[in-house]
Amino acid sequence: MAERKVYFDHNATTPLHPEVKKAITEAMEVFGNPSSLHEFGRRARHLVEEARVKVASFIGADPDEVVFMGSGSEANNTVLSILSCPSRFCASSMGEATEIITTSIEHPCIMETARCLRDRGFPVSFLEVDQYGKVNVEHLKELMTDRTKIVSVMMANNEIGTIQDIKSIAKIVHERGVLFHTDAVQAVGKIPVNVKDLDADFLTISAHKIYGPKGIGALYIKKGSPFCPLIRGGHQEKGRRAGTENTIGIIALGKAVEMRRAEMAEEKKRLLMFKAALREGIEERIPDVHFNGHPTDCLASTLNVSLDGAEGEAILLYLDLEGIAVSTGSACASGSLDPSHVLLATGLEVERAHGSIRISMGRGTVKEDVEYMLDKLPKVIRKIRDMSTAYQRRAS
Amino acid sequence: MSSQGEWVYTEKVKDHFMNPRNVLKFGEEYAEDGKGIVGNIKCGDQMMVYIQVDREKGTILDCKWQTYGCASAIASTSILSEMVKGMSLEQAYHLSPKDIAGELGGLPEHKIHCSVLGDKALRAAINDYYRRNGMEDKVVIEEARIVCQCMNVTDQEIEHAVLEGARTFYELQERTKLGTVCGQCKDEATALLQDYVKKHFGAK
Repeated sequence: MAERKVYFDHNATTPLHPEVKKAITEAMEVFGNPSSLHEFGRRARHLVEEARVKVASFIGADPDEVVFMGSGSEANNTVLSILSCPSRFCASSMGEATEIITTSIEHPCIMETARCLRDRGFPVSFLEVDQYGKVNVEHLKELMTDRTKIVSVMMANNEIGTIQDIKSIAKIVHERGVLFHTDAVQAVGKIPVNVKDLDADFLTISAHKIYGPKGIGALYIKKGSPFCPLIRGGHQEKGRRAGTENTIGIIALGKAVEMRRAEMAEEKKRLLMFKAALREGIEERIPDVHFNGHPTDCLASTLNVSLDGAEGEAILLYLDLEGIAVSTGSACASGSLDPSHVLLATGLEVERAHGSIRISMGRGTVKEDVEYMLDKLPKVIRKIRDMSTAYQRRAS
Repeated sequence: MSSQGEWVYTEKVKDHFMNPRNVLKFGEEYAEDGKGIVGNIKCGDQMMVYIQVDREKGTILDCKWQTYGCASAIASTSILSEMVKGMSLEQAYHLSPKDIAGELGGLPEHKIHCSVLGDKALRAAINDYYRRNGMEDKVVIEEARIVCQCMNVTDQEIEHAVLEGARTFYELQERTKLGTVCGQCKDEATALLQDYVKKHFGAK
């Protein structure tokens, strides 16, 4: 048994906040269909709408502009699907505009949907990023054409934590009269997000990244934006997302953002300190390391590091044996042949991408976790490098 | 998966991963009779196998290794180094990825390509031994043969795709782009696909 359990994978998912757990337990008593007119239904409807107000006010939106969905992935798929509706009778029809622009570091639910649309004949361009994962704004200006319908740029990257200047990007996009979406799954609840200030047309939220349950997300749709639902066949969510509401999930998401509002500012200060300690500690104790992501415009919780001569899955599993949970950009762990597309997009060498790990902290992280990591990681890396064909010749 | 959340790997893999046997540690002296290296760090796996040979008997006396790769790469090279001790060169030459995976109590299918490197590195080490001792006649050169002329895809790449999980011609095309131009190689590629599935995974 490991001496300690350390969860450093908050960007993958988070444990439920105790208050959210309480809210879920209470919500389990509410079984009415929010669409029913009787008392059972009205009670459920009341709680759903209460949650909607909480989510909306957290991001500076009107409650009408928040549509609950099954996940962040569903919200992202929905936004891009607007493009694929060629019907000129569709509310989302924009005539000749069919082109989509996104970035080379998006989450797979954007990347794959964009590629699928490209296969179906819609022109898709992928924006380049610099070595820190920042979108090249000049490249965006060049790529936009009269046919561009939507630009989608993620706010904070899940792998390297880099935060984009969404406000400036939205401004450039709107100057060309193009719609703008941002996948803010890793940003909402970690950094202040206000849709009015950013001037986004669409914005994606997920509950389980912010101490809520899996299987519930939301899409902000700015009033008046063209929209075409992905899931059809019901009047729920004002016809924008069919299917009986996930009452428990929605109530839980409402509670999760309420708790974020109370806790995120203080937490950020603490995590920034931990991150600096981790970074310095790793640099001090382990030679030949390389940090990925932007040094300052980055999530306080996220530290991505490449350790030369060590393969990511091996690092992950040796750390797992010590009770520490991280994730890796190596191909081995994902079951594919290629390492992280995000790291490669930043121009990182393939071998460094294979040897990368992501440490993502959260509200439960304490100083002792950081110290434990700084004790174990150097030993793990030494062990791997000792048997590595890829390190010995450079060992000091 | 049990409620305890077991590893995707067997206990044996875990044991060899935690305590790798016969690693040639950095700086350690070793008078090898043959050395083989395969794989590429860019692809995420690389292995180096060293052998000492009993010249009289033609058997492997000792085996050491180094590897850059995932848990199953480490475990499979470790177990291979135990398996081959005392084995005749002939026998060792014919070890297959299936043999290694079997000894480990099985590996996830997509991981089998890692252990393939172990047996390949071993064959390279044996060939190296033959070359060092003037036995070039015994060296078997594994040359890749082009199957798909249009996209330049070899039989080895087909074998690799099978190890990565391709089971149908379509999946083979997805992975290798084979047969996507003129399509003439379809029958041969399908036959090879079936051969390799049988070779590495037993029954069809």
